Amino acid sequence: MGIEFRDVGKTYPDGTVAVTGFSCTVPSHRTLALVGTSGSGKTTLMRMVNRMVEPTTGTVLIDERDVLGLDKVELRRSIGYVPQAGGLLPHRRVVDNVATVPVLTGTPRGAARDAALALLERVGLDPALGRRYPAQLSGGQQQRVAVARALAADPNILLMDEPFGAVDPIVRRGLQDQLLQLQAELGKTIVLVTHDIDEAFRLGDEVVILRTGGIVAQAGTPKEIVAAPADDFVRDFIGADRADRALRTVDIDGRSVVVDGDGRPVGVLE
Amino acid sequence: MNLFADALSWITDGSHWGGPGGIDHRIVQHLLVTFAAVAVAAVLALPLGILIGHTGRGRLVVVALAGAVRAVPTLGLLTLLGLALGIGLQAPLLALVALAFPSLLAGAYAGVESADRGAVDAARAVGMSEWQLVTRVEVPLGAEVILGGIRAATLQVVATATLAAYISDTGLGRYLFSGLKSRQYDEMLAGALLVAVLALVLDLTLAALQRASRPTTGKVLS
Repeated sequence: MGIEFRDVGKTYPDGTVAVTGFSCTVPSHRTLALVGTSGSGKTTLMRMVNRMVEPTTGTVLIDERDVLGLDKVELRRSIGYVPQAGGLLPHRRVVDNVATVPVLTGTPRGAARDAALALLERVGLDPALGRRYPAQLSGGQQQRVAVARALAADPNILLMDEPFGAVDPIVRRGLQDQLLQLQAELGKTIVLVTHDIDEAFRLGDEVVILRTGGIVAQAGTPKEIVAAPADDFVRDFIGADRADRALRTVDIDGRSVVVDGDGRPVGVLE
Repeated sequence: MNLFADALSWITDGSHWGGPGGIDHRIVQHLLVTFAAVAVAAVLALPLGILIGHTGRGRLVVVALAGAVRAVPTLGLLTLLGLALGIGLQAPLLALVALAFPSLLAGAYAGVESADRGAVDAARAVGMSEWQLVTRVEVPLGAEVILGGIRAATLQVVATATLAAYISDTGLGRYLFSGLKSRQYDEMLAGALLVAVLALVLDLTLAALQRASRPTTGKVLS
């Protein structure tokens, strides 16, 4: 499954321009990270894929089919969605939250719950947590539940809206590792929105850096962007001039030690 | 204090119970009028309120209208309707429906709006239809507030249903009007006490229902 944005634009009725002339293709089984500051239209772009937002110009295609020609509800059920800060149903147990979409599409509740418990394990949670309510879980655990819910209907596409933005850095790192491992096993087509450039570089095969109004500042693989930032905006955004990105090697006892801009060692070149 | 004792003995007087004009009969009438008015108003106000809360549209217009209805004095409205519709239960029922409407409407849209917006947005994004959003997310999460509206409306109506006796021989209000006219103040106070007790009992029942409707979320309640 591939996703294609073809010259997409979105202007809200009040005149706010969220996105203009955005084009991009996400090949199947790859991860696209949309990154930018707030107001850069990154979330708007992602939400166009499952028609939570409809473009005012251009088209969004999934496997060559215009999403506007598909039934909204069917489309959304066929796409995994991980919102910011969980978005779990507070009045339903964790296991029923995970089973939401299969139950909507007619899977018997018992079978859907069994599958949900297995999914909890898959995202690194004790299935015993399934009996709890979302409010009884930590922020990081809630995000794992949200990932499990997104995977429950075995979708080909995953949309993730700053999925790990609301948790502390150590938990975030763990969640990112989990996602990388899952992605290695499952090979979904992922569109991920983040304002954290390190997260984008870590998780994205392709990264698109957006500036205000949804204008592409630079698109490419993380390597390409780090190697050749397109302009000062991108240099600034990725912190190209930051001490911890300006690495060099020094020779110490015949070994090449990598040090950052401040001269602090970060590792050894093999 | 003497009058108060007189009223109590009037209520406990066995000859005032049973038969078509008996206290028990009038309590049932009073309750039926109350439930009928709240039910009719609920059929109109709850779907409208839920629709407003769900779509976020038409809120200003409807809130302004409901506010205007709230400002209408029920007795005046009843007199007007009575002149138009004549003696009978129609006019007081309509007046009571108008009285119940704003509270029910406000409870319904406030309840639906109180549902966690992040959860609602996520539920829509994973593929719930608008109907499923309303019935499985917004109404369950807003049930306590919606029932609060029903509780407020019922309390207003049960107290004001006294006015039904103004132009029809219905309910406990009859004791007030006839007691006033014939200077039987024990009967009049007895009627008022009965209405007050009925209102209290209904309110406590609905308060219990409201507590029971609170969704389980595992949160420790403060």
